[in-house]
Amino acid sequence: MSTQEQSLTEPQVRSDAPKSVVIRIRRRDKPGAEQRWEEFEIPYRPNLNIISCLMEIRKNPVTREGKPTTPPAWDMNCLEQVCGICTMVINGRVRQSCSALVDQLDQPITLEPMTKFPNVRDLIVDRSRMFEHLRRVHAWIEIDGSYDLGPGPRMDQEDVAERYAYSRCMTCGCCLEACPQYYEDQYIGPQAIAQVRLMNMHPSGKMTRDERLEAIMGDDGITACGNAQNCVKVCPMSIPLTKAIYEENRETVVHGLFGWLKW
Amino acid sequence: MATTNGIRIAIVGGGLAGLAAAMKIAEEGHAVDLFSVVPVKRSHSVCAQGGINGAVNTKGEGDSPWKHFDDTVYGGDFLANQPPVKAMCEMAPSIIYLFDRMGVPFSRTTEGLLDFRRFGGTLHHRAAFAGASTGQQLLYALDEQVRRHEVGGKVKKYEGWEMMSLVLDDHQVARGLVAMNLQTLELKAFPADAVIIATGGPGLIFGKSTNSMVCTGSAVSACYQQGARYANGEFIQVHPTSIPGEDKLRLMSESARGEGGRVWVPKEKGDTRPASSIPESERWYFLEEKYPAYGNLVPRDIATREIFQVCMDGYGIGGQNQVYLDLTHIPAETLDKKLGAILEIYEMFVGDDPRHVPMRIFPGVHYSMGGLWVDYNQRTNIPGLLAAGECDYSIHGANRLGANSLVSCVYGGFIAAPAAIEYAKNIERNGVDGSGIYDEEVGRQQEINDQLIRQSGTENQYKIHEEMGKWMTDNVTVVRYNDRLKETDDKLLELIDRYGHISINDSNLWATHALPHARQLFNMLQLARVITLGALNRNESRGAHYKPDFPNRDDENWMKTTIAEYSGEGPVLSYESVDVSLIEPRKRDYSKGKKQDAAKASASANASGLPPKEGAAQVPTEDSETKPRDLTGAAVWDQNKEEVRDVMHGQTETRREQDKSIEDAGGKSDKL
Ligand SMILES: Cc1cc2nc3c(=O)[nH]c(=O)nc-3n(C[C@H](O)[C@H](O)[C@H](O)COP(=O)(O)OP(=O)(O)OC[C@H]3O[C@@H](n4cnc5c(N)ncnc54)[C@H](O)[C@@H]3O)c2cc1C
Ligand code: SF4
Ligand code: SF4
Ligand code: FES
Repeated sequence: MSTQEQSLTEPQVRSDAPKSVVIRIRRRDKPGAEQRWEEFEIPYRPNLNIISCLMEIRKNPVTREGKPTTPPAWDMNCLEQVCGICTMVINGRVRQSCSALVDQLDQPITLEPMTKFPNVRDLIVDRSRMFEHLRRVHAWIEIDGSYDLGPGPRMDQEDVAERYAYSRCMTCGCCLEACPQYYEDQYIGPQAIAQVRLMNMHPSGKMTRDERLEAIMGDDGITACGNAQNCVKVCPMSIPLTKAIYEENRETVVHGLFGWLKW
Repeated sequence: MATTNGIRIAIVGGGLAGLAAAMKIAEEGHAVDLFSVVPVKRSHSVCAQGGINGAVNTKGEGDSPWKHFDDTVYGGDFLANQPPVKAMCEMAPSIIYLFDRMGVPFSRTTEGLLDFRRFGGTLHHRAAFAGASTGQQLLYALDEQVRRHEVGGKVKKYEGWEMMSLVLDDHQVARGLVAMNLQTLELKAFPADAVIIATGGPGLIFGKSTNSMVCTGSAVSACYQQGARYANGEFIQVHPTSIPGEDKLRLMSESARGEGGRVWVPKEKGDTRPASSIPESERWYFLEEKYPAYGNLVPRDIATREIFQVCMDGYGIGGQNQVYLDLTHIPAETLDKKLGAILEIYEMFVGDDPRHVPMRIFPGVHYSMGGLWVDYNQRTNIPGLLAAGECDYSIHGANRLGANSLVSCVYGGFIAAPAAIEYAKNIERNGVDGSGIYDEEVGRQQEINDQLIRQSGTENQYKIHEEMGKWMTDNVTVVRYNDRLKETDDKLLELIDRYGHISINDSNLWATHALPHARQLFNMLQLARVITLGALNRNESRGAHYKPDFPNRDDENWMKTTIAEYSGEGPVLSYESVDVSLIEPRKRDYSKGKKQDAAKASASANASGLPPKEGAAQVPTEDSETKPRDLTGAAVWDQNKEEVRDVMHGQTETRREQDKSIEDAGGKSDKL
């Protein structure tokens, strides 16, 4: 695309708009390799998001100093902030790169991979641990079978609305990145606890809630939360994580007590 | 892995269709290998928002699966084989109930029952919805059930593995597949008794679309190049208002126009002034001017074609493919109340506040009705290969109705699963395991990779992708002309040739995009030819396929499924008749009979004197028709003995397009 075309596309270029976008990327060739910074400069256009910048750099990867380099690698899919895959640390804040707009960021823009997950290459991290947590807490409804058994249980719209809030979690990991207690496998983290809440609120899910509660009761479970509240602040889906933690904490206490009495 | 009888089925794709099939197969106690480019929970299905159709009839409206069936076939302009559509509509209510049982937070009525949403163009509240993110919720519910089976040892996921090709034996029977690990680039063969392809749509062929980045159609194209038939490729649905982005097109709901949004471009070509400094008298409100009565609410297919044409003629903003959708004349509080959620989306991704700056929109490629040819059991023509979801062609005919895709994906998965098991039970497996076909196929794929890594040409693969996208978008979407289609195919041939001179611009092959993208690009180019040549051949207008030179539906010659087969050079086309045994093809006329709501819209369209569908060329006043009354169309339609008027042709098409818009109209706006 020629620059002339670009200026035509965008009649609303602010008079103070920069001519270019400078992006510093913290890079790593492969797991275990040293990290290094590389700086890139691309022509400014209004409405660029971080993904478009990366696409532009990828086409012809040359650093700001004019040194040819390898194209930076990152993850992307929906580009609508609903799949969670493109999460990275942008100017020090963890968020989705598809919804991070250049016009709203200070330059130079720094891009770094999330730090709480193994770094695969450049901006790509391996979040399989989060899916592992979902397996561990049995984040599903134990249906008898997928054959036709008629309608499900009736539900109050109010409960549905609360469940809906939890069900929007896209496993992006922002909350874990921001949580001071979450490090390696020291703590299961708010994402999984919110899914426990989601399942335990469902009329059928309630029937197997003990399994889920037990899964979050160990040393690395719900009690590891230091109530720092960072998680809610960074969650892009505005999931009431601290409410989930509070409610499930209560449930585990009751469950623990009950379990102890029985024993 | 523990299996009762050693049956192992490979599923490629973990969207709604793939996960639906995986759950069913695992539930039957068989082993599943599930492949996906991205972690399945991040599949494209999460983007769907509007709803999922099923005639549950909770509103006492007399809705029924038959009516759903009729609407679907009718909306699809009678190009779909009817029996599977009927089966889907019959299964739909139970699919919705199942998702409810699996914990999808569907919105409720005051009595605690499932709530259903009414989509434009139908009388029935037929779409169940979960807030503004139905697709996300449905996908998660299946993801959870499949995770349960993963813990149970039945499902093994290969996330971050991309399927490259099928492993076929000497008799052209699918015996498994070869996939590539996207971190290590390792190629590995995975033997399977049957393979189900559920890889979604091919939007990326058009460069930018409303689709997610994994929607390349690459796996499907690989199957096609290995002998699978590809059907109705030319039927691509384009949505009139999407938000052009540097990276993708995001949907903008039709409700913006419903609330008074005005579409315009600067009168002067290439005007570079900001919108706010262009005086009223220098703005061209082309929809209002051409359609005085209907204005900006002109039905969707016409809106799409008009916007497209204005830009093709060079009147787009700054000469670009963009027009203004202007809400700035409406008070901000009114906008917030009525359109809050969709305006936020625009704001989030464009950075402009649509309350004060006109939005810039353009039609966007949205969905492929075409796909792998399958029989009524989702089996392709290659024994052992099945397909389900957006990647199969079976349900939507020439045009998909809103909220019908999600249900068709689940239905397809639910049919493919038992069909694959049945097939696997009956195949002869002896002698295959040890044979060299797996090594051979891995070798063949490795050779292609090595060649790409070795070669050092001057062509840039991303630029080739951009060129392909631009040519396809310009010539093979909304309005199609035979000469341009021919030129596009020539261009594609040139690009395929130039593809031979690309170099992988990444010397670090660990977790590189470059090689997978190069592999996808080749497959996209091949599939682009199928779409283009299918369109070139089909000399009629039907559903999403519109040719000004052949403006009418021609059932006599073209009520046929296009079948493309790969010759080694390119597609060879043949045609198959359509099974219309259940509902007799009839003129599409929403102004009469059961579609009373549509009648209203049609009546006002009528008043505006809408001409037959002719894209932008038409002059919409009754006495100044640019086109002679078309007798061919009448002859075809007189089967149902209804009075055929040219004007009605225009009406019927427009209502159909409104139907198809449903999910999007209901989508982003349903947070309201
Ligand atoms: C913005 C938008 C809104 C929509 N809203 C609605 C709506 O409201 N209602 C409705 O009914 N429909 C809607 N649709 C359409 C619907 O979302 C899609 O048609 C549907 O989700 C497709 O599902 P699928 O299972 O076929 O494939 P997808 O969900 O696209 O999944 C494809 C899977 O295949 C995998 N894959 C692809 N290639 C390979 C390969 N080579 N190897 C391994 N794995 C591979 C991917 O990783 C992914 O897991 C909408 C579409 C869009 C774009
Ligand atoms: S509230 Fe708990 S989970 Fe959230 S950030 Fe703090 S410690 Fe972490
Ligand atoms: S809870 Fe929020 S921040 Fe955490 S993974 Fe889910 S969506 Fe992301
Ligand atoms: S690409 Fe899906 S959230 Fe950004």
